[in-house]
Amino acid sequence: MNVLVKDPIAWTDVGAVTDIPLRGARRVPTPDGDIAIFRTGDGKVFALKDACPHKGGPLSQGIVHGHAVACPLHNWSIDLASGEPMGADRGKGCTPVIPLEVRDGRLLLGRS
Amino acid sequence: MPKEKLVVIGNGMAGCRAVQEVLKRDPDRYEITIFGAEPRVNYDRIMLSPVLAGEKAFEDIVLNDEAWYRDNGIALHAGHAVTQIDREAKVVRTASGLAEPYDRLLLAMGSDPVRLPLPGADLTGVVTFRDLDDVEAMVAAAAKPGAKAVVIGGGLLGIEAAYGLVRRGMGATVIHLMDVLMERQLDASAGFLLVEAMAQRGVDTVLGAQSEEIVGEGGKVVGLRLKDGRVLPCDILVMAVGIRPNVALARDSGLEIGRGVIVDDAMRTSDPAILAVGECAEHRGQCYGLVAPIWEMCKALGQTLTQGEGAYEGSVLSTRLKVSGVDVFSAGKFGGGTECEDIVFRDAGRGVYKRVVLENGKVAGAVLFGDAVDGPWYFDLMKSGAEVADIRETLIFGQTVTEGLRGLDPSAAVAAMADEAEVCGCNGVCKGEITGAITGQGLSTLDSVRAVTKASASCGSCTPLVEKLLKLTLGDGFQVQTGPKPVCGCTPKGHDEVRRRIVAEGLKSIPAAMQGLEWTTPDGCASCRPALNYYLLCAWPGEYRDDKQSRFINERAHANIQKDGTYSVVPRMWGGMTSAAELRAIADVVEKFDVPAVKVTGGQRIDLLGVKKDDLPAVWADLNAAGMVSGHAYAKGLRTVKTCVGSDWCRFGTQDSTGLGVRLEKFMWGSWAPAKVKLAVSGCPRNCAEATCKDIGVICVDSGYEIHVGGAAGLHIQGTEILTKVASEDEAVWTICAITQLYRENGWYLERIYKWMARVGLESIKAQVEDPEARKALYDRFSYSQRFSRIDPWAERVAGRHAEEFTPLSRRMEFAPS
Ligand code: SRM
Ligand SMILES: Cc1cc2nc3c(=O)[nH]c(=O)nc-3n(C[C@H](O)[C@H](O)[C@H](O)COP(=O)(O)OP(=O)(O)OC[C@H]3O[C@@H](n4cnc5c(N)ncnc54)[C@H](O)[C@@H]3O)c2cc1C
Ligand code: SF4
Ligand code: FES
Repeated sequence: MNVLVKDPIAWTDVGAVTDIPLRGARRVPTPDGDIAIFRTGDGKVFALKDACPHKGGPLSQGIVHGHAVACPLHNWSIDLASGEPMGADRGKGCTPVIPLEVRDGRLLLGRS
Repeated sequence: MPKEKLVVIGNGMAGCRAVQEVLKRDPDRYEITIFGAEPRVNYDRIMLSPVLAGEKAFEDIVLNDEAWYRDNGIALHAGHAVTQIDREAKVVRTASGLAEPYDRLLLAMGSDPVRLPLPGADLTGVVTFRDLDDVEAMVAAAAKPGAKAVVIGGGLLGIEAAYGLVRRGMGATVIHLMDVLMERQLDASAGFLLVEAMAQRGVDTVLGAQSEEIVGEGGKVVGLRLKDGRVLPCDILVMAVGIRPNVALARDSGLEIGRGVIVDDAMRTSDPAILAVGECAEHRGQCYGLVAPIWEMCKALGQTLTQGEGAYEGSVLSTRLKVSGVDVFSAGKFGGGTECEDIVFRDAGRGVYKRVVLENGKVAGAVLFGDAVDGPWYFDLMKSGAEVADIRETLIFGQTVTEGLRGLDPSAAVAAMADEAEVCGCNGVCKGEITGAITGQGLSTLDSVRAVTKASASCGSCTPLVEKLLKLTLGDGFQVQTGPKPVCGCTPKGHDEVRRRIVAEGLKSIPAAMQGLEWTTPDGCASCRPALNYYLLCAWPGEYRDDKQSRFINERAHANIQKDGTYSVVPRMWGGMTSAAELRAIADVVEKFDVPAVKVTGGQRIDLLGVKKDDLPAVWADLNAAGMVSGHAYAKGLRTVKTCVGSDWCRFGTQDSTGLGVRLEKFMWGSWAPAKVKLAVSGCPRNCAEATCKDIGVICVDSGYEIHVGGAAGLHIQGTEILTKVASEDEAVWTICAITQLYRENGWYLERIYKWMARVGLESIKAQVEDPEARKALYDRFSYSQRFSRIDPWAERVAGRHAEEFTPLSRRMEFAPS
């Protein structure tokens, strides 16, 4: 029988959920560039590569509203769950989503 | 044939309901024994809150009295906790020496409240909120006059505990780690309203607070110390921080455990003779803490124990808060999400906030505050997965309105509405009043209907309906009009109305403004949040707490972001003057931090470009040490004051233009405005400081100072207009501050002075600043506000303010292999 085994994800504890301000974001540097972790007004958290699909703007520096962030460079709105630009810029590229889990109030970033 | 023996551990909500479900299906099948750790009959645990509040007595909340056990032949061992399950012998034992054999065993042990392992957690007076004993302990503490309670945990239980204690005459404060009360059930807007509603009932709330230590004296609790050093005195401390499924017994007997006792869809544990229900059970990876899923579990269990295979498939949850007069409902994805759409309704007058979340044309969640009658209806729509596209327009108004209009085409529906049908919920205006006013008073525009009837004058959500009534009544005589430009898509209101009402209604925070002004989104957008933040800052100097998350990155980081994510740093050079010491300090910083580019700006100062964000505080520390402060080159606020050399050096100079420029910049720096404000002072009409293309410019002449306004030389080249001429330098300063304040109070966010002037007219500005009294009042308000503004944001950050902004969350992945 063929069983598909997915690579297990390695999780790294990068801090507490409450270390990120509500409607804010923090950066986590990695050798492949920064990861941005966002916390929305309703307390949900999301992780994306910290680079806008437009011209690489650091999304962690944008204004978080609803479940989106406005890129600080040219104001594209990026959907936090999918990494996709919204509105008029829909379909113009996509920022990679990074695996993120919350356990007991801690943030775990995944590498697969 | 002897009956099978069913033994139940736990005489609580789940245990007794499970027995009822069994009896209902097959009353004669089992000989039933129930063990209960609590020394009393089965009662309704959720009603402990009203018991605590004194609204109910224990007798009122008993679910099954002694007669029930007797009539059904159930042996109850109340006050006997089971301490061992012997699965081989199929016997349970208690510490008190009882032993009971079973054929089937049911685990219904519920949960234990979590006790935070804080220093002092074992002091007398530290209680949890789970059973009647806890309630009695709290009621006893409340009997002491002037007693105070602190409740750790701003979830449902903590809030109900605090409310109950206040009803018992105590002072109560809820300490919550998160920034939103009941964040697992409420979004930020509803959480904000809850804080206010609790405050009205005497419960204080401290959000974002971390507890550090419970302070005691003589073995008794006397207070709670928070991480920030504050100590909240109290006579009783309630921990309401969550529950943990009660699984010790099951673990010891070798059953499979996750967070709870793992059960299948038939509610069987890993031992087929043993079943589990209620909070101690874990089903499909989920543990529950509410009764609705427990009732569903008990049904499946009743089936399994009598007729074969029960099938529980998990539950969808909804929550209601039991605080008198505070109507709260929440279910599903109340916080929205990707692919979700929000419909928001606010009624500031009644304190109502409703948010229905749609996903793929179906209701995916709802949060209701202040008016929750439609909660069950939304919950049904959500659970049944009904398509709501055709009732979308009226969905938010609830079931009555929606069903009244269902199946009718919109204009027919409007025509068919009864004259008494309410159109505007905010102001209670019915259809007849509106059509009556339209025909009776010859109204033809939306605004006139608003003015006369107040319909659609508050939240605006019935505007389409009012327009339909106009169209219906007037036929072709009606034309849709355009009102003032809305601030953004989150509100139909214009900037003027928003600004006016923030002041008039004393709205002092972004959530307060969004509720008071009936914003139609839960937490605004990247356009309105910075605008509201500025309007509040301007309206309440010294009082409003700046919301840094509502500021564009430059104003949050106090530097200008560059295309590669680095920042530029521009220190102030007052009036364009500098010194060897300043230049040396700048040079040192450039070398020390490897700043890649140094440039003289068009604003008479020096720009250090390409500074890494993490280095900003250190760069600022060095510049501060040489006496330099932020140049606010990033600010919607005062930027530079350009000057020329003036009478000090120039052979044509008529006045000390450099001195005046420096004086203006030193007085006005740090002020926030709707958009950037640039000043310049030229010493004579040759105008070397380019004063006639600045927001405010001064041209010095022999007889005094000409004050110019409304210039710009950016996207749009615009020469200034002359506003007035004054004789003395003092008057020049007063006038310039007065104009600035007038603009600060009336400009729309992002509207530069020249645009504001084009909108309101030069004459109206003149009238204000030439009238000595009006000018003085404006100047005084500006000076007052400056008391809180002339603080170097760099120095504050060097001292550690918002340190998290400038450091990565973690460096643990920096060298991790990818
Ligand atoms: C550095 C500087 C160019 C230079 O190297 O000289 C500059 C740089 C920028 N200007 Fe400027 N402007 C600079 C003087 C000017 C001037 C000249 C002046 O002030 O005498 C003007 C024309 C005068 C005016 O403002 O009307 C000018 C008109 C603009 C405009 C158009 C404004 C408008 O209302 O039309 C923008 C865009 C905006 O603000 O939205 C802008 C925006 C910018 C921004 C902030 C673009 C941005 O958002 O990132 C640039 C920031 C660079 C940085 O990180 O430092 N800059 N900019 C000058 C800094 C002055 C200072 O010391 O603070
Ligand atoms: C103050 C309060 C308010 C609440 N409000 C709501 C609400 O508004 N809505 C809602 O849906 N839910 C509410 N809940 C939650 C709800 O009460 C619980 O979900 C429900 O009671 C769980 O039922 P259960 O039978 O699993 O546990 P319980 O009702 O706790 O019953 C378990 C019983 O087992 C006993 N027991 C434990 N171990 C042993 C042992 N070894 N031997 C013998 N007996 C043992 C315990 O003493 C307890 O009596 C509230 C809870 C509290 C405390
Ligand atoms: S002119 Fe354009 S490119 Fe040059 S600094 Fe100003 S905004 Fe940037
Ligand atoms: S880089 Fe993000 S919008 Fe341009």
